[in-house]
Amino acid sequence: MSLPVGHYQYDRIDRDFLQARIAEFEGQVQRRLDGTLSEDEFKPLRLMNGLYLQLHAYMLRVAIPYGILDSRQLRRLGEIARRYDRDYGHFTTRQNIQFNWIRLEDTPAILRELAEVDMHAIQTSGNCIRNVTADEYAGAAADELVDPRVHAEILRQWSTLHPEFTFLPRKFKIAISGSPNDRVAARFHDIGILARPGEDGAPVFRIFVGGGLGRTPIIGEELFDSVREEHLLATLEAIVRVYNAHGRRDNIYKARIKILVQAIGVEAYREAVEAELAQMNLERYRLTPEAVAAIRSRFAVPLLEAPADADAVLAEQRRADPIFDRWVRSNTHVHRDPGHIIATISLKPAGGIPGDATSAQIGRLADLADAYSFGEIRITHLQNVVLGHVRKDRLRDLWLGLAEVGLAEANIGLIGDIVACPGLDYCALANARSIPIAQKLGARFADTALQAEIGALRINISGCINACGHHHAGHIGLLGVDKRGEEFFQLTVGGRAENGAAIGTILGAALPEDETVDAIARLVDCYLGRREGGETFLDTLTRLGHEPFREAAYETV
Amino acid sequence: MKLFELGERTAQVHDVLVTVTELADRDDARAVLLESADDPALVKPYLNRLELVVLRFPIFRDGRGFTQARELREYLRFSGEIRAEGHILPDQAAFLRRCGVDSVVLPKNGNGDPALWEKQLRQFPVAYQRSVLPERSVGPGLRVEEAS
Repeated sequence: MSLPVGHYQYDRIDRDFLQARIAEFEGQVQRRLDGTLSEDEFKPLRLMNGLYLQLHAYMLRVAIPYGILDSRQLRRLGEIARRYDRDYGHFTTRQNIQFNWIRLEDTPAILRELAEVDMHAIQTSGNCIRNVTADEYAGAAADELVDPRVHAEILRQWSTLHPEFTFLPRKFKIAISGSPNDRVAARFHDIGILARPGEDGAPVFRIFVGGGLGRTPIIGEELFDSVREEHLLATLEAIVRVYNAHGRRDNIYKARIKILVQAIGVEAYREAVEAELAQMNLERYRLTPEAVAAIRSRFAVPLLEAPADADAVLAEQRRADPIFDRWVRSNTHVHRDPGHIIATISLKPAGGIPGDATSAQIGRLADLADAYSFGEIRITHLQNVVLGHVRKDRLRDLWLGLAEVGLAEANIGLIGDIVACPGLDYCALANARSIPIAQKLGARFADTALQAEIGALRINISGCINACGHHHAGHIGLLGVDKRGEEFFQLTVGGRAENGAAIGTILGAALPEDETVDAIARLVDCYLGRREGGETFLDTLTRLGHEPFREAAYETV
Repeated sequence: MKLFELGERTAQVHDVLVTVTELADRDDARAVLLESADDPALVKPYLNRLELVVLRFPIFRDGRGFTQARELREYLRFSGEIRAEGHILPDQAAFLRRCGVDSVVLPKNGNGDPALWEKQLRQFPVAYQRSVLPERSVGPGLRVEEAS
């Protein structure tokens, strides 16, 4: 069998490991059923294998390491959605997929079906190192310096059932990128890693620590500027070891690494990490060039060949079809190869549920990936799908194929590209429903010409202060709050997760659900009326300050 | 008290078990109990006479004991016995062993069935990271063979 493009190829040993993990989980379920394990003991064990108990049913979160799948795997996810769920799956902001209507007794069978295509649900929840996320344009983007996926895979392996770090004070999220343009929200992670080429050919890593959203949004601080590849694992061991020993365990809302970094300061944290490194046997933890090469050799590299006129063909097709042209403008990104292009497929149809895909759509995406992008699919942290290596002269055919299953929405990075958590429709923690408000906003701004006119504007919606919809990082953020049984939304503006990361600031008092969409429409009108030149919403906000926007939002209240 | 050995070392019973603070005044003590908040470096002056360090897990979710065990082995080069006691699960057997723990005090409920602990030690054929044990590499990547 040929190697998959974009992700690590399992071998017999990796597959045996997955089977052992399923057997272990089955034993745990059995011990829960016979009472040997208490519910308090079983819960962390099932969470570490991705199984949640939500409001109405069990939810299984399946890992998509660094967001990359092959078509065979995606097809299997579609089959699982059809057979075990209600015919759809939900892609998450951590590049994973969730099945929301799972029966506990079906989980071992689902895990076996996943394992047949080298997939699992390991460490998609629990107080351990979670699935590692990476740049959705990895290995394809023209602006990339280092393809981060080999190191993302190394981190996946290193963190899998780590003997020391499986019972941390709280969950632990790592993101890695190799581009100067941060597409992974590196500074909103427990550890954010930015790779760049080093002098000897091996990459070096800039490491941020202690970022995060949630109840206490904090921008991560730089711990090290240039960690050498050979010391990457030693450095991560030291960082997590300090956290495991000293992170708070008395209050789950104060247990993330960000609270520890804030409490002692990043300088003290760095000193603590350096003290660990000074005592560690670095040779033992050394990431050798041979180990990196061995893991790299399990990734296939796409053979990028395009006709000389590919670019000209695309240009002509764009001239001939303005609707296609608009989709190309919003939904593609520059590829490192001039004959290819990166296509982002929106899972945000106007009035739809952000991140949801039906099993029919999932199956079609797998077929299109086979036909147009070497069978490789990427899930983005903004809940969309990327085909990374599309020949320019075939892009229009791809777009036509997408349109047949309602996946040709031209709104990537625009106001309709809303990120929302599952909210009170599914989640036991939520105070408000995130999905209906996302649907209403999507419907309000459904006109793609209007969306293009508004330009870059990111809306993030969280149904409670745990902030799974990353509202702090939205250009416009909505936080659902419950006021005496009624849903209200608090608006924040000015957040951003990309370069120059910032936390949004609260605009004013929370608004009732039925007034929120109008208030956001007035905010957008205020921007359109006052913008100068090519200003984006954030540019105008920065220039004018919040006051005009606050006035617009609360005009009639 | 039922002991279970995770590896080759035979677990020893000690009649005198003291806390870290008591260690200075008890020249006869060969065994010390570390609470999960205790810094393992505190036992450094007594390493020559210590034969056993017991790590107490207040609850199985408190993973500080794993780091304590590794610090004892890696930083302090402690070569005596390390034991885990308190609220621990058989599901943690291999993690404990790979962090340098030699024995456990079996819980008095269903989690104390030695067969469960035995089974867990043999659950996984490989691991994906280095531990304190001298585990053999499997191929040129990160994988090592779990010794069982």
